[in-house]
Amino acid sequence: MTAIEVHNLTASYDRHPVLWDVDFEIPTGKLVGIIGPNGSGKTTLLKSIMGILPIDSGFVKLFDKPLDDVRNRVSYVPQRQSVDWDFPATAMDVVQMGRYKKGKLFGRLSKLDRDIARDALKRVGMLEYKNRQISELSGGQQQRVFIARSLAQQAEIYLMDEPFVGIDAASEAAIVALLKEMRDEGKTVVLVHHDLHTALEFFDWVVMLNTRLVASGPLVETLTEANLRQTYGGKLNLLTQIAHLVKSQEFPVREKEMRD
Amino acid sequence: MDSNLIWVLIGCALIGAGASIVGTFSYLRKEALVGDAIAHALLPGVALAFLLTEEKKLYVLFPGAIIAGLVSMWSIQMIKKYSKIKSDTAIALVLSVFFAAGVVLLTHIQQGDFGNQSGLDAFLFGKAASMLPRDIYLFVSVDLIIVGLVALFYPYLKLYAFDQEFAESSGLPIRLLRFGLSVLTVLAIASGIQAVGVVLMAALIITPAATARFLSARMHHMLAIAVVIGVLSAIIGVYISYLTPSMPTGPWIVVVLSFFALSTFAFAPKKGIVHRHFRRIAHQRKIMDENVVKHLYHMSGSEKGIGLGVLSAERQWGGKQLEGAIKRLVSGGLIFTNQGHVGLTDDGQREGARIVRLHRLWELYLSERMNIAEDHVHQDAEAIEHIITPELEQALLKELDYPEMDPHSSEIPGVKEMKSYES
Ligand SMILES: Nc1ncnc2c1ncn2[C@@H]1O[C@H](COP(=O)(O)OP(=O)(O)O)[C@@H](O)[C@H]1O
Ligand SMILES: [Mg+2]
Repeated sequence: MTAIEVHNLTASYDRHPVLWDVDFEIPTGKLVGIIGPNGSGKTTLLKSIMGILPIDSGFVKLFDKPLDDVRNRVSYVPQRQSVDWDFPATAMDVVQMGRYKKGKLFGRLSKLDRDIARDALKRVGMLEYKNRQISELSGGQQQRVFIARSLAQQAEIYLMDEPFVGIDAASEAAIVALLKEMRDEGKTVVLVHHDLHTALEFFDWVVMLNTRLVASGPLVETLTEANLRQTYGGKLNLLTQIAHLVKSQEFPVREKEMRD
Repeated sequence: MDSNLIWVLIGCALIGAGASIVGTFSYLRKEALVGDAIAHALLPGVALAFLLTEEKKLYVLFPGAIIAGLVSMWSIQMIKKYSKIKSDTAIALVLSVFFAAGVVLLTHIQQGDFGNQSGLDAFLFGKAASMLPRDIYLFVSVDLIIVGLVALFYPYLKLYAFDQEFAESSGLPIRLLRFGLSVLTVLAIASGIQAVGVVLMAALIITPAATARFLSARMHHMLAIAVVIGVLSAIIGVYISYLTPSMPTGPWIVVVLSFFALSTFAFAPKKGIVHRHFRRIAHQRKIMDENVVKHLYHMSGSEKGIGLGVLSAERQWGGKQLEGAIKRLVSGGLIFTNQGHVGLTDDGQREGARIVRLHRLWELYLSERMNIAEDHVHQDAEAIEHIITPELEQALLKELDYPEMDPHSSEIPGVKEMKSYES
């Protein structure tokens, strides 16, 4: 079955398009890497899938349904740097946020919710830090808390933005092991990843992105020399120029007038 | 105390409580400036309400203030959305334009032919004494709305304040939360226009939260502490201004707030400047004492000990510095002094062995596990030897499998004994 279908997706900031006609599918139960250099639109793609960013055209379907129908089956791990870790909260406070879902009685947690949060923290090996201030955790530990919060949502698709940036080797190993475990339980785990120097072998499937889709498919067939060169190599001159033109002329990206 | 003062104090306490609660959210969402803009922007609303009704009772002017506040927030949003102007510029723009309009209207009112315009300028810097017992109903209603809604939606608001994107991805109604918080902020600020004044109301929003952040580890503690600080400052500030009737209230409240804030920044446990200063001194002393013990251990002279001059020459320790260390070490029973000579007691010998052991263990760890060249590890170990706790020492010993020699092939003291003890 298809877990994620991204169909002809175009997205932009301030009329500057950063994703053009991106179109791919991801099957269920795979460990998927979305790879591409910095600024290639990976974060934008995840946000578009999660409905955080309005899209200009195209659509996204999860398990063949629109996001709103399957919201409880999808979980998002934002980039670690996207929040202020000086926020007054403990590791457990943050993980419990994974249980504040819409439709719950104003976010009040039951005993079950607390147990689920506890198990999630345990699964990332952070239970002994549950009462620690999040500002006092290391980068790797903060990342694990973020992943635990996502686990607490008990979803089937997990979208994680750069979980390996700025973390120690021990945390990285722990996270990789956990991701494989999740995949083996039948979850679909999608990671954004920009660093080509770290191992890519543990992915089953890759989506290669650089403003447009370069390739997507099973790891071995897709991660080829040619595709890598296209993804990471030289600037996409023509496309960049057109993007600038669209921005400077305030031209709609699609014929139908786009969002504001 | 006359009964009017009591009402005024209660009223200001209520204003302080509401402002501190919404302020905690503004602070955590890094929107401190928005509060300032709204406060200033209320002035034209107040003036227009007066022009329309020729009344200056709070319950008449309050709706005008609310409307002006909402319009100013909406203007900030629209400017950000439809122009390339950045957030801080949009806020500054709205603040100055609205405030200027307010001052123009106020001047017009004061020069005009209105029966009872006197006292309207109190809305700039606040005059709590003009509060009427009846106004308390308004403050109670505002606080009930704020406390009620925040209590009801607390988990959602907390998540929204910490991580908006995750909140949105979990399907929480972000726009509604944002709008709700904005309305509460406008309500809280508008309730303070008479007692605190539009110019300084922002201080009552942000300062309690900023101070409370220093004293709290979790958000609900922060909220509670902010409320205490906001209420106390409002009460004390009003009381002082009551004793000096020609003084406006707002500045006194801000003076008291700042007093709380500055003392907290100075004396807060752990994060305060004073505590950090003393901790640094304590660390320096610990390092000094341990270095003296270590040197005595290395030099292990005769029964009589080592001459003080020899010891101070060893590391160019200043006389006073060394004297202090020796005094502390003698009273700690680690060294003895004898006619200008110092030496280690038995306890001191053990302590010296411990420090040298930590030094060499760390050197070994660096060179074996982190592949750092042997001639580079000494400097690092000089510092780390003072930090390693007994638990870390145990972990190091285990990790390195009870090594007896360091990278420079010197013996690591005490490991042999610990190994036999372990097995
Ligand atoms: N909030 C924003 N406003 C304007 N431009 C943005 C914003 N966020 C990202 N961009 C731009 O969009 C492009 C893609 O960004 P992003 O999706 O974050 O890339 P990646 O995650 O692959 O590094 C970049 O050129 C970036 O500068
Ligand atoms: Mg990114």
